[in-house]
Formats: sequence, structure tokens, C-alpha cells
Amino acid sequence: MNDMYRENILDLYKSPLNKGKLENSTHEFSKNNPLCGDEIAIQLFVKNNIIDDVKFQGNGCAISMAAASMITEKIKNMNLNEVKSLNKDDILEMIKIPLSPVRLKCALLSLDVVKGALENESKSI
Amino acid sequence: MQDKKKDFPIFKYNNNLVYLDSAATSQRPQSVIDALKNFYERDNANIHRGIYTLSERATEKYNQARKKVAEFINANENEIILTKNTTESLNLLSYTLHGILPKNKTEIVLTEMEHHSNLVPWQQFAKRNNLKLKFIPITDNYELDYSHAEKIINEKTAFVSMTHVSNVFGTINDIEKIISLSHKKNALVIIDAAQSITHIPIDVKKLDADFLAFSSHKMFGPTGVGILYGKKNLLDKLPPFLFGGGMIENVSYDFSTFIQSPEKFEAGTQNYGEVIALTAAVEYIQNKSLHVISAHEKELLSYAIENLKKIKGIKIYNPGINKSISVLSFTINGGHPHDIAAILNEENIAIRAGHHCCMPLMKKLKIPGTCRVSLSIFNTKEDIDRLITSITKVKTTLQLQ
Repeated sequence: MNDMYRENILDLYKSPLNKGKLENSTHEFSKNNPLCGDEIAIQLFVKNNIIDDVKFQGNGCAISMAAASMITEKIKNMNLNEVKSLNKDDILEMIKIPLSPVRLKCALLSLDVVKGALENESKSI
Repeated sequence: MQDKKKDFPIFKYNNNLVYLDSAATSQRPQSVIDALKNFYERDNANIHRGIYTLSERATEKYNQARKKVAEFINANENEIILTKNTTESLNLLSYTLHGILPKNKTEIVLTEMEHHSNLVPWQQFAKRNNLKLKFIPITDNYELDYSHAEKIINEKTAFVSMTHVSNVFGTINDIEKIISLSHKKNALVIIDAAQSITHIPIDVKKLDADFLAFSSHKMFGPTGVGILYGKKNLLDKLPPFLFGGGMIENVSYDFSTFIQSPEKFEAGTQNYGEVIALTAAVEYIQNKSLHVISAHEKELLSYAIENLKKIKGIKIYNPGINKSISVLSFTINGGHPHDIAAILNEENIAIRAGHHCCMPLMKKLKIPGTCRVSLSIFNTKEDIDRLITSITKVKTTLQLQ
């Protein structure tokens, strides 16, 4: 069995979690990986310093899409300071597959976008 | 053709490697690696500087390399500028060309299949000089639309800058036609030959191209060396691009004069060791003959297309073997190019995946990217067989139908 393409990664690639658009977001951001052109856009709905809801849009490889599903799932109901302190190791622990430096960028793109969104408040409630 | 892999030490150190990415960079034959090593071991001194024997020897070898490159494309040696890569060759033009363009010319013509290196410098040039960019579109068969070209290349065209061969589809563009069309309208033509240089014999005099750029590293030579050919009368009119040592005639504290082209474009210490080793790369190609190399590659390309076509869900982006060099792109339904390349990598197969520095083209094709296979003299039928077998594995791993 291929290490990188485990069942859970492929499942999330084919049936992503939290994919779509939020009608009422408070924060949003998008970013692309210039190496491959993949782009991820994330919207957050933040209430009382807590991420109440999150959705992402974008197309990409199995790793970047699975990571986007996992991180959006993880940050739901998290407080903003906790989200800000998430790092590479948290993502690797979540994704549980060995990644080369190039593929690591695929996995980390959605974390970058989440952090970008926190800096980019579109509407305060 | 016998197995040429033995000429390339990379295959000695990387067992079972199937290298299908020569369009990104060539592998280097032993003779080029030896030339580089021998130069630094035996002949190294800075060129154009010393009065001593060693420096004179290095200078002589550098000049011979320029001569060798000139001979390879049927140019005169004083028409060959040595740069860092194709990108720098094109940037050199983008920073010097404005002075020689007639004032009534308001448009630049490019094609939709340009590499970023022949697009982004011209976007900046257009902005600085207030010119408009026009693009020759591509057809459904991944070729240029020449009837459209005839319309947009007109009296307003200052110059056309276009690739000889598409790095995505392998398409060989009819540059002869575009050059003749452009010259009738008094427009200059710049050719990006980075992809064609190891596949198609180029004769700049016969072509009548005004400028032509390519890189050493895609033609079995060292990295860090680019070539810019320009017609002598045009090079003489262009101002220098980079200023400093090696390009001056006379310097006072507040005023300097410059030497003639091509040296007026070669400021600072050049990558002379790499330039000198490029001679061995040109000799490698000449010894094998471009016609023999391209016939071998064409046979493999035909074999690859024939077998790839049989795979369900695959889409091939190539205009057909008689209209292309040995480069093709493909996509597989439901599979992202990066995932496909990553799984092929586990089978020791190196292909390129992504947008290939052609982001606007991918957008036009409505795809995030493609998988690209590009062939060279050392590739074999077994390499293609390994690719085909491994694509079946890709489909199983990614659970594609």
C-alpha cells in the first residue's frame, strides 16, 4: 500500500469536509501555491473569539485537499489564540503520512490560508 | 540506436531511474562533466584579465566556446552574447530594445503558449514603454492560429516574441512564416529556442530571426549559461544592459565609454568554466547528429502516444508526432497531476507535473496543470513501457476508473 495515499486521504480527497461557501463570513482569505498553481480560499465565521463555522473552496492535489478538510474540521470551535499557535507539526500529526519538502507545502497551504484569514477581517459582528 | 544511458553517469548512481523530464533540464554526458572538471583542475584563471599564460589559455577557451555556439546555429561569433540563462537573455532585450523601436509602433505580439520567461518581461516592458500586448491564440489541436496571426501582426507591431516549440505540448511553431510575415510589416522577431535547440537544427541566417535565445542546461551543457543571438547591426544599436568590469573601454570618475558587442553585454566575471564546458555539450550533439537524435525521439514519442491512448480516462495534449518534438502533456480523469507524478516517483519515474510556467495557458485550457513527459537521446522503449505500467498503478492507488 502506498504510504502517501492512504484510505483516509483518498476519502477526504473524494468527499471533502467543509467544502463550500459561507453566506455570512467574518474573515476570508485565499492563497495559491505558485509551484503548482493550486488555490485555496477559506471563509470563517468568528463569534466571541471562537471559530463558529468554516468553509473552504479550491482545487488541488489529494494531499492539499485532505489537509484542507482536516484543518477546517480541527479549528471548528477552537479559540483564535489556539488557532494562531497551530504549526507544521500539528498538521503533520493530523495528516499522519511522510511528506517530502515539496509535498509539505501542499499540506501546509490551508494552514497558511487560515492564518491569513485571521488577519483579514471582512466583517465584524 | 544503442543504449545511450551509458554516456550519462546519472544512471550509474540512480539505479532504474526513468528520466522523462529533459524539457526541464537535460542530464549531462560524462564528456561535459569531464570538461568542467578538467578546466577547473588544469586551466582555471579569470578570462580577459591576466597577462600570464594561464589566463590567456582560459580566455582562448572561452572565445572558442563562443565560436562553437555560433557555428552550431550558423551565426557569427560576434553575434553571440553569453548570459546566465534564457530568461536573462530575454530580459536583456526587454531592458534595451525600446531605444531602437520606431515611435509609431504601439503593439507587441506574443503567443498564448509562451513560457512565463517570454511573457512576464514583456508585460513589464509594455508597462514601461506604454505598448499593448497582443496574443496569437492556440487552436483546439494545440497549434498556433496562423490566420489570426496574419491579422494581429501589422504596421503597429513593434516586434513579435515567440517560442519555437511549446514546452507544454511540444508543438513546433512555424517561425519561418511568422518571421517573414513580421518582416514585411517592419517588425522585429525574437525567438525563444530553449525547447527546440536539442531537437531541431537551427540556422539563424536561413531563419532570418533578429534575436534568438536558449540555455546551455537544456542542451546537455552546464547550468548558469544562457545564449542570446542577435544580428550584429541590431546588437550594435542596443545600449548595454549590465554595467561594470569587462564591458568598458574607458572609465573616468564621472564618465565611461563601452566596448563593442557582444562583450559590451558581458559585464563582470562570467560563468567562464561553464561556458567552456558547453563546448563539449555542443560537440556531443554534433557527434550524435540532431537528425539522428530527433528521429530516435520521434519513434519513442509515437510509441508513447500509441500506448497512452489505450489508457481509459487519459487525455493527451499534443498536436501529433509530425507537428511536435518529443514532449507531450497528459491528464487523467479524476487525478491531480501532482498526485500522479508523486506515485510515478515511487516507481522511480521522473516526470514534470504542474503548470509548466504557463499559468495563463492552463487557465485557458481550464485545468490546474498537466503531467508532462519529455524525451531525450538516452530514453528507451523500456522507459515508456515502465511509464505505461506505472500509470496503471497510479489509477489503482488513486482508485480511478
